[in-house]
Amino acid sequence: MNPTVARLTLRGLLGRRRGILLLVVPALLLLVSALASGAGGDERDLTVKILGQLGLGTLVPILGLVVGTGVIATEIDDGSIVYLLAKPLPRWQIVTTKLAVAIGTTWVFAAVPTLLSGLLLYGTRDGVALGYTVAVLVAGAAYSALFLLLGVVTRHAVVAGLAYALIWESLIGNFVAGARTLSVQQWGRSVAEAVAGDAAIGADVSFGVAVPLLLAVTVAATVLASVKLAGLTLAGDE
Amino acid sequence: MSLPPDTRSADTGVIHDIGYRGYTGPRLGRAYATRSLFTQSLRAAYGLGRSGKSKVLPMLVLGVVSVPAVVMVAIALATGAKALPLDYPRYLSSFAPVVSIFLASQAPVLLSRDLRYHTVPLYFSRPITRADYVRAKFAAMVCAQFLLMAAPLVVLYLGAVLGRLDFGHNTEHFLIGLVAALLYALVPSSVALVIAAATPRRGFGVAGIMGYLAISTVVVAILTRIGTATEFTVPDSAQWFALLSPNDLVESLTNQLFDVDGAVGRMHAPGGLGAVVFTAAVLAMVSGSYGLLLRRYRSV
Repeated sequence: MNPTVARLTLRGLLGRRRGILLLVVPALLLLVSALASGAGGDERDLTVKILGQLGLGTLVPILGLVVGTGVIATEIDDGSIVYLLAKPLPRWQIVTTKLAVAIGTTWVFAAVPTLLSGLLLYGTRDGVALGYTVAVLVAGAAYSALFLLLGVVTRHAVVAGLAYALIWESLIGNFVAGARTLSVQQWGRSVAEAVAGDAAIGADVSFGVAVPLLLAVTVAATVLASVKLAGLTLAGDE
Repeated sequence: MSLPPDTRSADTGVIHDIGYRGYTGPRLGRAYATRSLFTQSLRAAYGLGRSGKSKVLPMLVLGVVSVPAVVMVAIALATGAKALPLDYPRYLSSFAPVVSIFLASQAPVLLSRDLRYHTVPLYFSRPITRADYVRAKFAAMVCAQFLLMAAPLVVLYLGAVLGRLDFGHNTEHFLIGLVAALLYALVPSSVALVIAAATPRRGFGVAGIMGYLAISTVVVAILTRIGTATEFTVPDSAQWFALLSPNDLVESLTNQLFDVDGAVGRMHAPGGLGAVVFTAAVLAMVSGSYGLLLRRYRSV
């Protein structure tokens, strides 16, 4: 961790009006929850749907994508990363610092509203709110690491990340059961299920598989991003 | 040390005539320039005339959208089926997420890069006006989207006609499919272009467009289910939520207008009033976005 790099990254991520734009994510989740909690109906089904499909399934990947690529890909893109790379600072430290900022931001903007809307929708019963919050915490961290790696590796990080999050996890995952084994979202669900102790969440990956995979992906992505950043050459725009 | 100009002797400077001439040929004018910008943008949307890397995604999407149509035709012909497995408009709504990815990745290609490299003022040093620029870019994006969706429809139709399926039925539904494709090309693209024009950064543009399209679809899916527990039919009162998402809006409107595929649980604009309101929403979205684009480029 390097406090100066962290401060600059945070300012780049949330400075100007960008922080307000990111606030759309928690605001939307809370708004939908507030609408749903007033409507009645099958609360449990609705909670699982809102927190699972909207929160964990859509908002967290997109937030992770914007934040994970926002901390480093934008700097690589406009070339200002050279001023950072030229400092006498190990490059793995740059990666870990930026990753810490990304994870922290994802947690604040996704996990906190998830907990709030879970409590709003279903209260403290069965630990559903807590389960999804823990799921968002771990999935958010994994997504941040994964998308930060993409930002270092390719100039089309956002498109590649979207293709993974929306095509692979949502579209293919809906039809092909095997694709769900390699899906951060499903690993998160599995964690939620284990914390809430409840089969209604419907995880397809067992807890014993999900946790090692989550850890492995997060650590491997961080290490690979450090290695890639160490050998980074700045190419021109295609 | 040089002398002040008026103390130098007059005969040291010579102007050589190296044969510069003024251009006296025909000037092709504004319309030609606008057309050129349109074709160039349309080609750029598919990566034609750009590097090999930038062709990957558009061609991949084109393949993902078209190949299933070929497979469907092949299956329908091989099994001697009476009808195609998926009706034309239904085919489009099934592939809407893939088409959205094309839109999200290519709309910033058309607009954000010009903003980022400050090339927009260079366009305006030509006879092109700001309105021409917006018109050409808007038309190019809508056209690219339309071609992307028309390709599989043409494949399906040709297959159906060559396979001697019911000609009248297929022609009618093919035309309905083309209208749906036009609406799918107009509504989401207009919103996407506004988002793309708002940021000079491609990445933010892509994430913003896809975020808007994907999140609004999921929100609509959840809101329509709020009152209805688990059964699959959605009451008319909940159908209004489709107004929030461009793709759902178009799907509901075409389902209601042409009454395609009366399957249970399909989205549709609720009743006659619904059709009117949804049409008004389509018009408002397209013209509103076009107006916003014009305003965005009033001062660049």
